[in-house]
Amino acid sequence: METAPKPGRGVPPKRDKPQAKRKKPRRYWEEETTPAAVATSPGPPRKKARTGESRPPRSKSAHIAQKSRFSKKPPISKTAPDWKKPQRTLSGAQDPFPGPVPAPLEEARKFCRIDKSKTLPHSKPKTQSKLEKAEAQEEEASVRAARAELLLAEEPGFLVGEDGEDTAKILQTDIVEAVDIASAAKHFDLNLRQFGPYRLNYSRTGRHLALGGRRGHVAALDWVTKKLMCEINVMEAVRDIHFLHSEALLAVAQNRWLYIYDNQGIELHCIRRCDRVTRLEFLPFHFLLATTSETGFLTYLDVSVGKIVTALNVRAGRLSVMAQNPYNAVIHLGHSNGTVSLWSPAVKEPLAKILCHRGGVRAVAVDSTGTYMATSGLDHQLKIFDLRGTFQPLSSRTLPQGAGHLAFSQRGLLVAGMGDVVNIWAGQGKASPPSLEQPYLTHRLSGHVHGLQFCPFEDVLGVGHSGGFTSMLVPGAAEPNFDGLENNPYRSRKQRQEWEVKALLEKVPAELICLNPRALAEVDVVTLEQQKKERIERLGYDPDAKAAFQPKAKQKGRSSTASLVKRKKKVMDQEHRDKVRQSLEQQQQKKKQDMAMPPGARPSALDRFVRRAREGGLQVDP
Amino acid sequence: MNSIKATKGLLALSQQDDLMDLTSNYPLSASEDEGDSDGERKHQKLLEAIGSLSGKNRWKLPERSEAGLKVSEFNVSSEGSGEKLALSDLLGPLKPSSSLAAVKKQLSRVKSKKTLELPLHKREVEQIHREVAFSKTSQTLSKWDSVVQKNREAEQLVFPLEKEPSSFAPMEHVFREWKARTPLEQEVFNLLHKNKQPVTDPLLTPVEKASLKAMSLEEAKIRRAELQRARALQSYYEARARRMKKIKSKKYHKIVKKGKAKKALKDFEQLRKVDPDAALEELEKMEKARMMERMSLKHQNSGKWAKSKAIMAKYDLEARQAMQEQLAKNKELTQKLQVVSESEEEGGADEEEALVPDIVNEVQKTADGPNPWMLRSCSRDAKENEIQADSEQLPESAAHEFPENEENDKPVAEEDELLKELEKRRSLRKRSELNQAAEPLGNQETKDSTSQEVLSELRALSKKLSKENHLSKKQKKSPAKAVDLVWEEEPAPEEDEPLLLQRPERMRTLEELEELGKEDSLPNKERPRPSVEGEQVRRNPQNHSKGKNKKEQMISLQNLLTTRTPSVTSLALPTTVEELEDEGARDQKQMIKEAFAGDDVIKEFLKEKREAIQANKPKAVDLTLPGWGEWGGMNLKPSARKRRRFLIKAPEGPPRKDKNLPNVIISEKRNIHAAAHQVRVLPYPFTHHQQFERTIQNPIGSTWNTQRAFQKLTAPKVVTKPGHIIKPITAEDVDCRSSPRSDVPVMQSNPKQHSKHQKQRKKSSIG
Repeated sequence: METAPKPGRGVPPKRDKPQAKRKKPRRYWEEETTPAAVATSPGPPRKKARTGESRPPRSKSAHIAQKSRFSKKPPISKTAPDWKKPQRTLSGAQDPFPGPVPAPLEEARKFCRIDKSKTLPHSKPKTQSKLEKAEAQEEEASVRAARAELLLAEEPGFLVGEDGEDTAKILQTDIVEAVDIASAAKHFDLNLRQFGPYRLNYSRTGRHLALGGRRGHVAALDWVTKKLMCEINVMEAVRDIHFLHSEALLAVAQNRWLYIYDNQGIELHCIRRCDRVTRLEFLPFHFLLATTSETGFLTYLDVSVGKIVTALNVRAGRLSVMAQNPYNAVIHLGHSNGTVSLWSPAVKEPLAKILCHRGGVRAVAVDSTGTYMATSGLDHQLKIFDLRGTFQPLSSRTLPQGAGHLAFSQRGLLVAGMGDVVNIWAGQGKASPPSLEQPYLTHRLSGHVHGLQFCPFEDVLGVGHSGGFTSMLVPGAAEPNFDGLENNPYRSRKQRQEWEVKALLEKVPAELICLNPRALAEVDVVTLEQQKKERIERLGYDPDAKAAFQPKAKQKGRSSTASLVKRKKKVMDQEHRDKVRQSLEQQQQKKKQDMAMPPGARPSALDRFVRRAREGGLQVDP
Repeated sequence: MNSIKATKGLLALSQQDDLMDLTSNYPLSASEDEGDSDGERKHQKLLEAIGSLSGKNRWKLPERSEAGLKVSEFNVSSEGSGEKLALSDLLGPLKPSSSLAAVKKQLSRVKSKKTLELPLHKREVEQIHREVAFSKTSQTLSKWDSVVQKNREAEQLVFPLEKEPSSFAPMEHVFREWKARTPLEQEVFNLLHKNKQPVTDPLLTPVEKASLKAMSLEEAKIRRAELQRARALQSYYEARARRMKKIKSKKYHKIVKKGKAKKALKDFEQLRKVDPDAALEELEKMEKARMMERMSLKHQNSGKWAKSKAIMAKYDLEARQAMQEQLAKNKELTQKLQVVSESEEEGGADEEEALVPDIVNEVQKTADGPNPWMLRSCSRDAKENEIQADSEQLPESAAHEFPENEENDKPVAEEDELLKELEKRRSLRKRSELNQAAEPLGNQETKDSTSQEVLSELRALSKKLSKENHLSKKQKKSPAKAVDLVWEEEPAPEEDEPLLLQRPERMRTLEELEELGKEDSLPNKERPRPSVEGEQVRRNPQNHSKGKNKKEQMISLQNLLTTRTPSVTSLALPTTVEELEDEGARDQKQMIKEAFAGDDVIKEFLKEKREAIQANKPKAVDLTLPGWGEWGGMNLKPSARKRRRFLIKAPEGPPRKDKNLPNVIISEKRNIHAAAHQVRVLPYPFTHHQQFERTIQNPIGSTWNTQRAFQKLTAPKVVTKPGHIIKPITAEDVDCRSSPRSDVPVMQSNPKQHSKHQKQRKKSSIG
């Protein structure tokens, strides 16, 4: 993390805090972990409940009770505050800051989850009180979370050019000269011209780096200290390389099959059902390794139990373009017919198909918040799409050469590799998509780009190319505040082991992957209605339905059978009349809408007459 | 209430018994009638028998069929008087005798006896008892309603509910019986005893004790009540003052002024006796007021108000009185001069000083008359006076607004004084100019006359000059108002004449005012016309803009449809040329791919989407069977009418998500695996799934919430203390809590009782 407002000036040294920070409630809105956290929102509490969560609250309540006992005061002293209050008012002294600290509303909105724009049907007072209670709880929790944001100590920095200066012209050498020694050491080049070009992968903590050369070179190292963990040559073509849930395990897509190595270079598994793998993606919360192959299959491998969950036939030819949406764990595949398809292991068909380019799709990347998707195609177009339900392009750009590789950073910066040049675009605001008008940074490499990835929690971009590996400094790319209990770059081996156990306990099943991760918070209406129908058939009547009208008994011969039937019929006729009125009103509304629709929707040769008639009418009025 | 109603029911039953008695009486009367008829027959037979016994034929008188007046034994009618015999008639003549007493008693008993009431049926009695018991029980149980509801709605319940009162006792009380036994303890106690140290440690320091005793709860309440009362009184006073400040009534302010003047006089009289220095100061103020009056002639009925009143005086008594009052004020203020002059006449040395100002004033007046040039200067002075009057009107209004606030009066008075000083300076300048011209006349007069003769002559001249001045002065307005002392006196008859003389002039002035008003009205009429024109101009562009808006909307829609071309701009980035031949070949391949792929891709995608839509669309069911009702066989098809009749159309499903997205195909399949993890039953109070979903939206885990919020959200519903008995709630606790709401449950239970009583009545009526 570095703060370099201007290249020419000296920058104060960066403050690194090795201490692990307490768990903080920012996962929901955090750019890196928010989507996954939201996807797992209903899962963990249930599991926790099963695993005996009932014990801690009891102890907590006991502690609270004990504290309350000690804090009790004798009854005589209770009169003292009553006596003091009028004294204060009489003296005229007042507290200049009465009440608790006001929480900023803008920040509290970030943590609000209830969508209050929807109108609920009419409810009874008991239900109403429950709803109000839930809203009050949500408000209080969001306010507390907003106040706790004060504990986020680090702030991201970024480059700002002087008047008229273009940040794209700033060279890496200039940045290295401007930053402190520790940050400058993060920019380096590895000249590996013999076994290239290289694919790379950073671990989730951002501490470890894996390199896979096309000609069989596999290496894993701690890139900050440059300590080499292992280095081997597998004597086979390497297509892709990826860490699993921790740096202890490494997956390598080799020419024929998928191999699993440990961080010492020892081969652990050879998975022959995944043959001719081209791309690897790991879903961290589901412990799933997704692989695409030349034969057109998308395979999900459950790493925790060592089983293949499902193998989907995509039916789109060779698959070589793949990306993961961290928000909902959906896999995006690019195809040669210009479409991008979205896949889930629980469904045999694609969840959605999007026509993005006229030519074939060459690269796909998804934002960490799951809001934006970037695609590039053979038609030299670079497009950014909105994934929040509409899948429409927000902006597009024509490049001199189609970008073969795309990647998003934790804070929304987009990088594109084109030949031997790397271009980086940044967004104008905090949560806005990257603007493609002017690049933020540009760098020329000594070889053609073959792999791109931003390092988590470090303002570093890793580039694998035919000449080896390059580590670039990109100010403002990474999230400076990390969750010490989730992805701690400074964790020890013991902490890693404990984290591994907890992560396995909170594993999310593969069946829950879907476009809308909040679907679990919704009621299964289809099943509900089906059960209702079954109950009606079983009982013979609908217990929830409104009871039929029963006329009241009257005296003096006015409750005869004929009069009862007459009264029932009267009530039924009235109800029928009301329904008819409603339907008529609806029809009138529809007609009005239809009248408005035709001119805009279907322009025809007769529009001229319609306009003339309207104009004539207007002329007559005055 | 229940008992009363039960008794009412019993009364109803008793009434029914009475009816039964009445019915039973009828057969008795019938039997009595039969007895009477038998008696008559026997009587006749008896008479016939007696007649036949003698054997002799007696001479019988003929029976009369007509009504006879004579009453005799022979004219007895068979019908009788019709009265019934009662026991009392038979018992009356009996004499009191010992043998008949018993019989008399028995007969009286028979007379007093009555029929008894039928008792209620056992079942009905039990029902009444049950209803009464139920109402009582429900009323007692309704005490607990509020408690139960409160406990259900509470977020957390801590048992036991009643917390024991925490009372601390000093250590010494607990160990009263303790005594020093060991030698070490004895030594310590001996040391303390020698030094006279206190054996017991006081828990509270004297400061703490004082603070505890300083003010008790009751005292605090009393003090708070007093402060509240004071605050309320202050607010009342402020409100009243604010209201009085807003009074606009002229009559009210007149009355207030008179009151103040009277008060001033009384105070002055008192000050004379008590404090002579203050009285002198008051005198100076009064003299100043008199001087102001003489200089301004405010009450000389020469202002606008006076003129208007003069016109009306002819017909309106009130106006006349007002005029007289003003003149009276003038006299009062001027009359005081004579009093002072009389006192000064006694002193010989002061006579000359007193005479000088009178002479000067009179000389000025004389100079005005014969010299025509001076009239012009007077007209100029009049204009200046008008200006001053206009300026002074503002402070007058301010004075009216704040008449009651003494603080506000002072600055207003100061302003008035400043204005008066300015006027004095101006008048002095004018006097100096006039004096230069009038010097020879004054000198001559002084030389010729003696003191006494001069005084008498001057008075006469002053009277004449005053008349002339009235005629000459056309318009004069009274400047600032001064504090007026009200001494009412009768007006002189001479002053009526100038009023009559001044009337035609004022009429002229009014006519002129009317003409001015007419002139003013003309430009006012012209003004609204341009505004109207402006409005018309404004309306016209609005219409134009509306038309433009409509056109723009149409255009924008078309533009939106047509604008699909992306912006094409290339980055000027140099790229190394490795091999021209290879790149050329690659470019050709790419060009070919692009050309062919463009057309194919779009068409294929649209086709695929259409197929997907058709696959998900619900299909119609055709139930036509060939041959039924028609000829069947090869090459024979059922008629269109039959096919139309037996074709069951499926209802249209909801619109697809990708209906308006031409470049997107969204799968509508339902995820069965995820549905297995969803909620499929609604909990109790919710009637619609949206309500339940809203309550689920909040995550409870510590991953998304702060630790404090997490603890609060996951707090247990019930908290108990291990090892302690949870006692049930007692009635005493409920009584203390729900005492203010005792009326509510009673009202709630009443309608049920009413309905039950109705049922009771129905059942009783049926019985």
